[in-house]
This record gives sequence, structure tokens and C-alpha cells, in this order.
Amino acid sequence: MKKFMFVVIGAFFGLALTKGEAVSWYRMQEMFRFEGFHMFGIFMTAIPTGALGILLLKKANVKTLEGERVESPVKVYHHGIIIGSFIFGFGWALTGACPGPLYVQVGAGYWASGIVLLAALAGTWLYGRFQKYLPD
Amino acid sequence: MDFLMKPWPWYVAGPCIGITVPLLIWVGNKRLGISSSFRQICAACLPANIPLFKFDWKKESWNLYFAVGLIGGGFLGGVVFRNPEPVQISAKTVAYLESKSVPLEPGLLPPSLFNVHQLASVKGWLLLVLGGLLVGFGTRYARGCTSGHGILGLSALQWPSLLATACFFAGGILFSAFVLPWILAL
Repeated sequence: MKKFMFVVIGAFFGLALTKGEAVSWYRMQEMFRFEGFHMFGIFMTAIPTGALGILLLKKANVKTLEGERVESPVKVYHHGIIIGSFIFGFGWALTGACPGPLYVQVGAGYWASGIVLLAALAGTWLYGRFQKYLPD
Repeated sequence: MDFLMKPWPWYVAGPCIGITVPLLIWVGNKRLGISSSFRQICAACLPANIPLFKFDWKKESWNLYFAVGLIGGGFLGGVVFRNPEPVQISAKTVAYLESKSVPLEPGLLPPSLFNVHQLASVKGWLLLVLGGLLVGFGTRYARGCTSGHGILGLSALQWPSLLATACFFAGGILFSAFVLPWILAL
């Protein structure tokens, strides 16, 4: 049942990304060249919505569906935050897609995105393979 | 029905994307993140004794169900409720892309660049294969992507995520300005 809910939330997220054109290669070009507000508007409304949601869950002491306490997400600094993010940024400019949009584009019937997705899986595997030689 | 066929303005799409963060926390204490599913798939298919892939991937398989949902969402938004018009990007971007022989056409991706036949060209390998490799490598190295750092991390006011978001935007902006025009001209 809970697994089904993750599928439904994923579908909602994917629909919002598609209809918001956040999975559009053209929109990414516009964003990276600062020639339109659309993508920035999406980030500037998505983040406060998420922040408000987390705040309300905490303040109202809401328990999760399984009765657990809500845990605040924590992100820890490591050097990969800088190095890895730059590498990802180059790939994002090349493909016009981050990981989420790759799945979405495959669902929308773009076979070429399936190739990008396979390459991204290979990239993740290569990182795992060479992790020990890289600065953390 | 008209609402589903037309593209959504940013002030509708943005909050819908953002609400996913508390929704996942409420349903199962899960943190929005998509690149982690790549690690999951590697662990399931080809762990090869690599430490990064030696973990109980079945226990965290929620993100695989989430990914299945994403594919379904793409089918709904991109096939069932497909926008027949090209995306309304700025005239400046249209002119720039035309100067690189990438005309604006309906759909999410320019068909002239993103098709399987491109694998016969250097340009196609750079855009599809090298691009994908960098996305997979970089997001794992940074332990997060646009959703995990950019949406969830920033929503939770985590400064490392702000740094990550600044870096992947900087990477994308620099690459789009100095390298991509050269690749598109190939």
C-alpha cells in the first residue's frame, strides 16, 4: 500500500515537472542563458513551499503515517559537494536534464533519454568504482 | 481538461513540485531525492564488490517506486496530456538556438539533437553519452542532484545544499556559455 503511495507521489511530481516544462531542454537553455524567468520562478516557489511544509510538520508535531517522529533532513559538507556539483552542472548543460527529468522523458516516449539514463547509471557506477582514488 | 493540456505557469508548477517534500516526509519519513535511485539500481544490478553499492538496496527501495511514478507522470504529461504547441521560451533563446541550427519544435527535446540516430555522430555521443555520464558521476559525487540538494536541501535550510546548488548552476551556466555553442556547431 505504501509502495503504491510512492508511485502516486512520483507520478504527481513527474506530471508537475512535465507540465511546468522543467523537463524541457529548451527551458534549460533559456535558464542557463538568463533569458527567461520561468525556471527561476519554479525554484523560487518550490523551495518556500517545501520549507513551509517541513516547518508546519514540525510545529504541529505531526507524526508520519507510520506514527514515527518527523526527521529533519540533514546534508553534510564534503568536498564532493563542490567538485561533484560542477561535474553534474556540465552534464546538466549538455543533456538539459537532471536525474528526475531523465525518468520523466523516458515516460514521455523519448528513447534518446533512455540512452542518457543508461549513461547516467554508468556514470554513477564509475564514481563508485573510482571513489577511493578521489578526494572526498 | 484544458488545464491539463496546457503547460502550467511557474506559480502553479513550483508549489506542486515543492509540496512533494513534506508529502514524502509525512508518508514515510523519506527525503526527496532522485539520483539515489541510480545508486540503488547499480547496487541491484552490478554491485561488483564496490563499497558504494554494498548496502541493503531492497530496504530503501521506495525511491525505485518513486522513479516508476516519475515515468508514469512523464507519460501522463508528455503523451496523454501532451502540449501540442512548442514551449514558450523567450525570443532571444529561440534566435540563439536557430543560429545553432536547432529550430524550436513542439515537444520536450529538440528532435534534431535527441534521437537514437545521433549515436552515429560525435555530437550525439557528447550530448547523450558524455552528458549522461557526467550527470550520473557528478550527482553521486555530490551525493544529491537538483531535487535532493536544490529542492529538499534548500527547503530544509541546509547550507551544504546551497553550496551544491550554486556549484551546479555555475557549472551549467559556464558550460552553456563557453562549451555548448561549440558542441552544437559540430
